[in-house]
Amino acid sequence: MSAEPSLLAPVASEPLPPSRTVLMRLVRNPVVAIGGAVLMLMTLLGLFAPMLGTLDPTAINPSTRNRMPGFERTIRADDGTTTVFKHRMGTDSLGRDVYSRVVYGARVSLLIAVSVATVSIAIGLFIGLIAGYVRPLDGIIMRFMDGLMAIPGILLAIAVVSLFRSGLTSVIIAIIVPEIPRVVRVVRSIVLSVREEPYVEAAIMQGTRLPKLMVRHILPNTVAPLIVQGTFIAASAILVEAILSFLGIGIPPEIPTWGNIMAEGRNLFRVFPHNILYPGIFLGITVLAVNMLGDGLRDTLDPKMAGR
Amino acid sequence: MAGYILRRLLATIPVLVIVAVLVFLMLRLTPGDPAAVIAGDNATTEQIALIRNRLGLDQPILAQFAIWAGNLMQGNLGESFFFKKPIGELIIGRIEPTLSLAFATMLIAISVAIPLGVLAAYKHGSWIDRVVMGFSVMGFSVPVFVIGYALIYVFAITLGWFPVQGYQPLSGGFGGFLHRLVLPAVTLSVIYIALIARMTRASVLEVLSEDYIRTARAKGQVERKILFRHALKNAAVPIVTVVGIGIALLIGGVVVTESVFSIPGLGRLTVDAVLARDYPTIQAVILLFSGVYVGINLMIDLAYSLFDPRIRY
Amino acid sequence: MSNTQTPVLEIAGLSIALPGGGDRARAVDDVSLSVAAGEIVCVVGESGSGKSVTAFSVMGLLAKALKPVAGAIKLEGEDLLTASPQRLRALRGDRMAMIFQEPMTALNPVLTIGDQIEEVLRIHTDLGPTERRAQVLAMLESMRLPEPERMHASYPHQISGGQRQRVMIAAALILDPALLIADEPTTALDVTTQAQILRLIKDMQSRRGTGVLFITHDFGVVAEIADRVVVMEKGRVVEQGPAADILLRPQHPYTQMLIAAVPSLKPADRKPALGPLALETVGLAKTYSSKALFAKERVVHAAKDVAIRVRRGETVGIVGESGSGKTTVARCVARLMPPSEGAILVPDIDIAPLTERRLRPYRRKIQVVFQDPFRSLNPRRTVGASIVEGPMNFGLSASDALQRARDLMGLVGLQPNSLERYPHQFSGGQRQRIAIARALAMEPEILIADEAVSALDVSVQRQVLALLADVQERFNLAILFITHDLRVAAQICDRIVVMEKGVIVEQGATSQVFSAPAHAYTRALIEAAPGRNFATGTAAADAVPA
Repeated sequence: MSAEPSLLAPVASEPLPPSRTVLMRLVRNPVVAIGGAVLMLMTLLGLFAPMLGTLDPTAINPSTRNRMPGFERTIRADDGTTTVFKHRMGTDSLGRDVYSRVVYGARVSLLIAVSVATVSIAIGLFIGLIAGYVRPLDGIIMRFMDGLMAIPGILLAIAVVSLFRSGLTSVIIAIIVPEIPRVVRVVRSIVLSVREEPYVEAAIMQGTRLPKLMVRHILPNTVAPLIVQGTFIAASAILVEAILSFLGIGIPPEIPTWGNIMAEGRNLFRVFPHNILYPGIFLGITVLAVNMLGDGLRDTLDPKMAGR
Repeated sequence: MAGYILRRLLATIPVLVIVAVLVFLMLRLTPGDPAAVIAGDNATTEQIALIRNRLGLDQPILAQFAIWAGNLMQGNLGESFFFKKPIGELIIGRIEPTLSLAFATMLIAISVAIPLGVLAAYKHGSWIDRVVMGFSVMGFSVPVFVIGYALIYVFAITLGWFPVQGYQPLSGGFGGFLHRLVLPAVTLSVIYIALIARMTRASVLEVLSEDYIRTARAKGQVERKILFRHALKNAAVPIVTVVGIGIALLIGGVVVTESVFSIPGLGRLTVDAVLARDYPTIQAVILLFSGVYVGINLMIDLAYSLFDPRIRY
Repeated sequence: MSNTQTPVLEIAGLSIALPGGGDRARAVDDVSLSVAAGEIVCVVGESGSGKSVTAFSVMGLLAKALKPVAGAIKLEGEDLLTASPQRLRALRGDRMAMIFQEPMTALNPVLTIGDQIEEVLRIHTDLGPTERRAQVLAMLESMRLPEPERMHASYPHQISGGQRQRVMIAAALILDPALLIADEPTTALDVTTQAQILRLIKDMQSRRGTGVLFITHDFGVVAEIADRVVVMEKGRVVEQGPAADILLRPQHPYTQMLIAAVPSLKPADRKPALGPLALETVGLAKTYSSKALFAKERVVHAAKDVAIRVRRGETVGIVGESGSGKTTVARCVARLMPPSEGAILVPDIDIAPLTERRLRPYRRKIQVVFQDPFRSLNPRRTVGASIVEGPMNFGLSASDALQRARDLMGLVGLQPNSLERYPHQFSGGQRQRIAIARALAMEPEILIADEAVSALDVSVQRQVLALLADVQERFNLAILFITHDLRVAAQICDRIVVMEKGVIVEQGATSQVFSAPAHAYTRALIEAAPGRNFATGTAAADAVPA
């Protein structure tokens, strides 16, 4: 019997794990790069908000209410020195500096994005694994999830938020609840399809017990799709927070969030559109960056879903 | 066929029951005394007790659910705290604006999104494709109300083509009705267009890589007919599915759009009810919207067989 | 219109560039061949030989990335490479037509059969609806399809795989093209259906004088229908000539190797295995039932009353077509699914009713080699990690398990450093070797090979079969060999079990089943084996230098 020609020939490529090559492809993807860079910029903006020429974003100043962008005022410090402060984005109807509020607003939005994405993925992953592998519980869990999914997301969030006193935590919970069933569905469908894979069956034949089977052979398949989904959840979380705050049922109005600034600017919109324009631009750009990151990640991590 | 429809109808019942239970439990899950929360910070003990009694919160939970569900079955949605009216009446008075807005939006969205998606798939990788995809990502990224205000600023305030806000019932004349409906419907359709165009593109693209498309080419068929005769019908099921799922987005969008354009519809009612902590009204509106959502998706499921002969009942 | 001097198809010096990164610069390199009217030319080669690329380039249906860079393709004297897209469209379906490997996916699922055949007439003729319909019905009739009227209104999912391929042929031949290109048209079909389709193609082409370019990997099929043969390897033509010459007196070593690698239908001489009983199934059955409200309960008997015995050192083949239940039996025996009824004795304990926890000690005894070498190894784990997983589950230390894995690598013919590599770095045949090593690492008594060589090229298939025979002898394994391929079964099995529709119709010693098949279905299977009158394995083996 003759040996297969390529059998003993040295293998050309280095023995890299598939994950490493994926990482290299990611870095080279321009969509990921642009989205990542913008997001990085927004994060820095939020982190270093106090050092970026801002005032206290909650400080009310009745004497400088509703000023157009570019308005300058003199601030007298305690020691008697005076500085001229330029309201780059004008002031709102309580005389607060819109620029400062917008910069500080990045903090809240990013905090919400990250916490909603991680918590809903964690909970959804846990429930999804159970639904996918514990057959008797699957029916019950999925019917319950169907019920949750039958309530349109924003309505469910509105309902949840209306139960609690308004605050950051209740808004975060309100945004997480509608996302969970979506994560559960994704995880469950992955588990159901992967457990049919011959390599999982081979592991069963090798006597691998369920917990190890999950962690070694099934869980890794959920990582890429969940990273992608997590990004999209983060994007929608920023939007939903803005919508809730805009409707006046989100985070208390004195806290600077992009949604709150816009809610505050609603009434005098005809005269001072900048109160909606500036936070709107920041919000749009941030969400766009997150969505681009998500699209890029999906194209790279999950070639089957590319371009959806 | 009849058996299948019956089975599908029955299958939606557990979903609706779970929705009802969830909506009912919401009030009970509130930390602390829901009556106190409803009454507000300045309420007296008597006021709180009155609310508790009116909500039936002083009875065992199962009894409460039985009463509530029983009333629901008879079409009795309860009475609004805030508007002091039967909720059924309240809802009927608000249906027309919301229905008009939703219908106009769907009309715009479907007639714009599907051609765009097909075009993008057909010209896969070209600048048209990139523009459509770019527009779609942006549509997902800007909140509805920002789009609304931007449109108001340009087309109502600056150009003066449309009124800034408000709604005119259809009974007041079609022209005026339409004139006031255009901006809100366009606003609301943006995200819906983004969603449907993206799905249309993806599913047409997938179909175009199928073997039977190659067969059609091997027969000498022209590309245009391949696209419309062979591809679109095969791509239809995922497209109509996403139209159905998108109803959820649409409902969320209605709430916001009605606030931006001061339209006295169900969305506005929802926000007012939440601001006034009018729980019976919130519950009723959520139930209504969820029921509509489930119902439309059921009809879409049943319509699959129109597009795909493999789906048999 | 076809001139006897001009061949229907003439390909001269065709080269097609392979876009960067491939293992070679050209998918097709300097290929010349021709097809005369009324002639069937078979292009044979293993995967990656460029045979399909050649076929698609004739139709002008190549993927955009593949570009012809040299040569000419002439259809009835007209150059196709320089023809305008409009001209090509006019020729496709009219003067040249094509049928494909997967009749399931090649037909549009949402259009009726009649509509899809009529489409050709709508594109290329001015016939009215009634005439078109009449022509299509006549064509369906001549394809020996039952009830043409009903067939006309049916959708692809409502008819069988063989019928679908007939419909494809009907659509291809309705305008009497000069050239028919058939790209592995019977590979996805069961062997009995394959025989019918081959007969149909041969019939139709000789009656109509069509030139046929027939792409295949199977020398059995070649022996069955070819007038002339073109052998391709890595994008080049290595040999061509009349079928009889190539099959009986192959000149090129690659052709000789390919022909020698085709297993013979004549069973090899085997001594009866006398080892102790390793596995016995008694009344094994698997039933699926779907119950739904307001719908009739549907019960499917995937396997019924299956009784099989396998001894140590013995290979028992389960042979059957799709839907015969052979894989169901294998999966039940492996306890990848619970049987509905019956016992699985290994050999002293019945593992059929055991729970997963109680079953675990017996998992070691039975191992499986799966069909698809690309999915049976976890792509995220190194080969070594996959192999040591089982032994370590049963308490072997990491260093001992690794040593065992290293030894096994040598045994299956791979380098020990393969252990640190990932599955995507290996070819299909190499992966199947790894899968065998993984199974052996468990020191099993029973090995189930579920179509384990079906996805492999014949040359690789032969090596893997030899490896299986080798390890069987070494470890005194009982092998349950599931296959649809009678040739493979004839070569490797001591005994054969023939299944049809979930039931065993015949079983016995391989030589006996092949020489004196008792059941009609077995006879039909053997009759249908392509090239059965051409003793490929033996005749060609003499030509191969030892």
